[in-house]
Amino acid sequence: MVFDVKPASRNRVFHALADPTRRAIFEELSRQGEQTVHALTHFAGVSQPAVSKHLTVLKRAKLVRHRRDGRETHYRVQPDALAPMVDWLRDYSAFWRDRFDRLEALLERMDP
Amino acid sequence: MTNTAESTRSVVIERVFPHPPEKLWRALTESTLIAQWLMKNDFEPVSGRKFQFRFDPMPQWNGIIDCEVLIVDPLKQLSYTWGALGLDSVVLFTLTPAEGGTHLRMEQSGFRPDQQQAYGGAKYGWQKFFDNLQRVLTEGAA
Repeated sequence: MVFDVKPASRNRVFHALADPTRRAIFEELSRQGEQTVHALTHFAGVSQPAVSKHLTVLKRAKLVRHRRDGRETHYRVQPDALAPMVDWLRDYSAFWRDRFDRLEALLERMDP
Repeated sequence: MTNTAESTRSVVIERVFPHPPEKLWRALTESTLIAQWLMKNDFEPVSGRKFQFRFDPMPQWNGIIDCEVLIVDPLKQLSYTWGALGLDSVVLFTLTPAEGGTHLRMEQSGFRPDQQQAYGGAKYGWQKFFDNLQRVLTEGAA
């Protein structure tokens, strides 16, 4: 009933955002709009290979997308990036509301 | 749909039940009673104990939720991990005496508390992140 079985995408989103550096990069992109890998490296204060790795994780989670322009790669936040997270919250809200109704009924049936 | 920082981070359901905390606690911690409102289970109210909830199997899911008891504080708090569909979350029940009954708050967080704690004081703490997230979501919806 309530569980939307699309675990992979949702799990990737949660996993990607569980890392503080990736979260910071994602946040920077949502704040500043499109950024080059260079700019993000400067911002994050870690090596460029490290930033590239983080961006790959964010890309796999479909949180960001990129485009190449000459030697530069530009990244920006993917529209609807957080939809799996919002779905998760919506599914579980419905689930728990339903279960609380059942709990209420059970408490009525139970001995005092 | 309104998105707040709180609701973005976790699912929170609250209700006042016209019953004493003792009765509510039993419904939350006795396996056969849990089965009647939540799901079939082999729960035991012992911190560190692993158990499972069993949901009806679905085409892409065997219906099993793997859990581990984190907190058993009788009549006050109960918490366990909730691992389903590849994602570890944490469920926390908090009971508070209320006029004419008991206030029950259930919070399910998509991130383990240790993660929240570890990053809480960091420059990019969860709270700040989710505040910004809210802005992103709002702008995305516009």
